[in-house]
Amino acid sequence: MAASRPNRLFRNLSAKIAAIPMILTALVVFVGGTVWTVAYSFTSSKMLPKWKFVGLDQYERLWETRRWMVSIENLMIYGICMLIFSFVIGFILAALMDQKIRFESTFRTIILYPYALSFIVTGLVWQWVLNPEFGVQHILRSLGWESFNFDPLYNADIAIFGVLIAGLWQGTGLIMVLMLAGLRGIDQEIWKATRVDGIPAWKTYIFIVIPMMRPVFITTLVLVAAAIVKVYDLIVAQTGGGPGIATEMPAKYVYDYMFGGQNLGQGFAASTMMLLAVLIVVVPWAYMEFGSKKRG
Amino acid sequence: MADVTSTLVGPRGPKPRKILTRNNIMIYGTLIIVSLYYLLPLWVMVMTSLKGMPEIRMGNIFAPPLEITFEPWVKAWSEACTGLNCDGLSRGFWNSVRITVPSVIVSIAIASVNGYALANWRFRGADTFFTILIFGAFIPYQVMLYPIVILLREMGLYGSLTGLIMVHSIFGMPILTLLFRNYFSSLPEELFKAARVDGAGFWRIYFQIMLPMSLPIFVVAMILQVTGIWNDFLFGVIYTKPDLYPMTVQLNNIVNSVQGVKEYNVNMAATLLTGLVPLFIYFVSGKLFVRGIAAGAVKG
Repeated sequence: MAASRPNRLFRNLSAKIAAIPMILTALVVFVGGTVWTVAYSFTSSKMLPKWKFVGLDQYERLWETRRWMVSIENLMIYGICMLIFSFVIGFILAALMDQKIRFESTFRTIILYPYALSFIVTGLVWQWVLNPEFGVQHILRSLGWESFNFDPLYNADIAIFGVLIAGLWQGTGLIMVLMLAGLRGIDQEIWKATRVDGIPAWKTYIFIVIPMMRPVFITTLVLVAAAIVKVYDLIVAQTGGGPGIATEMPAKYVYDYMFGGQNLGQGFAASTMMLLAVLIVVVPWAYMEFGSKKRG
Repeated sequence: MADVTSTLVGPRGPKPRKILTRNNIMIYGTLIIVSLYYLLPLWVMVMTSLKGMPEIRMGNIFAPPLEITFEPWVKAWSEACTGLNCDGLSRGFWNSVRITVPSVIVSIAIASVNGYALANWRFRGADTFFTILIFGAFIPYQVMLYPIVILLREMGLYGSLTGLIMVHSIFGMPILTLLFRNYFSSLPEELFKAARVDGAGFWRIYFQIMLPMSLPIFVVAMILQVTGIWNDFLFGVIYTKPDLYPMTVQLNNIVNSVQGVKEYNVNMAATLLTGLVPLFIYFVSGKLFVRGIAAGAVKG
């Protein structure tokens, strides 16, 4: 027994050494970091992390802060609209691309290119296009439509939709590509069968193809939703959270309190709430996806 | 004369299709309109960056310039100010190069060896760590930002390039490891077994068999990482000091600075300059980029 022990530990040694970065990342950064942040969200840390337990104080204060409530509300509006529009538009575009059209790769290249750009670039371009003095509003007015009003980045009531326009421009291409891959995975026999039966194409899509693509939809949904919770750069570049606090988002709240406001406890509590939001989306999905089968 | 035989046999080849059917007009019409909409911001960026400020104040952002000037580009590259520094975006560009190149190399080196170990040299517990790693890809970065600050500070790397390179390697690891693990698992196992029988060890098999066979996946990983790291803002702003800020951070500081008169043409030239590297990679790589994001969608 005693002799076989070191033997076992050193067997496959190179592979274990090669896996050290992964093990450290998984345990120290991902698990350790998360546990650390959650634990310190129950303390009164201000400028420096300090282990002084205060229970749920930080959370109470968080949910009483107007800026946080606005952030959550914005995330909801942005998230829901983003999901609905990007999925509907993305799917329709994918369905059009799937009609054995010519120049498919040209169209795909054009619709996907914003996805290669950073959120900073996206935000700054749309800040310029939506600029009321020079951009879309100015042009439609100078064309004779004097009463045209569209200044989302200056009007607090609709500012979040200005961000949404930029977000959709950047992200819809990705959905289209993923949906197109899903459509290509559908058995061509199904199309032949429905054509023989004389079922119109749109009915085939809604009642046969989309239900068949359920796994693709769910996976894409989870990936996109988890990304939406993290939206940060776009806001910083396009609006800086303004006008006022009209386009604040949770990720920005976390950053501002942790690195700007010297109020670490608030930052930790807010980031823990973000983690919770992601878990609510991811855990049921992981359970469904990997719980029944063995491994992915 | 040949016509006679062909009439007897009947028409050959696919039925000629009418090009201008209602269906086709609808499909191509929609796609063309959508494409124009997607191209519009790029068009506006290029046009604005080629105009002088007086022309911008007078006119229409969609109109091509009456008088083309490259001055905004020169100014954005070498004169635009962030705070006290007025040496333009070139500083950010070179910082981004200094961040991206080593980060891409280190993260791919680690993840490929890692994926190889997971695919071919499984050891007890490997799958558990891998599951944690993949799950970690979904954890919002915000949760891990501060603990990493502490770790880097303890190592004396906070604010340095090395620290940022480590951070990029850590956060690139889940998706890259998944990419490489899946790829190596799909290679025929006989190959690996034969090499083992011949007495090749872990590293020898990796360098002499796996590596040469998997160049395409390395290219996909590179595309993924170069665009991802070049476009990063959050890690750059947190883990480096102002004189090491990557291009995206500097761009944001230039455009959204509150001091001075807004020079929209310079701003757009700067924005285009920052977007040029990922755009170039995107247009050159084509299908491989699509393959990368199909795998990399996890990264969000």
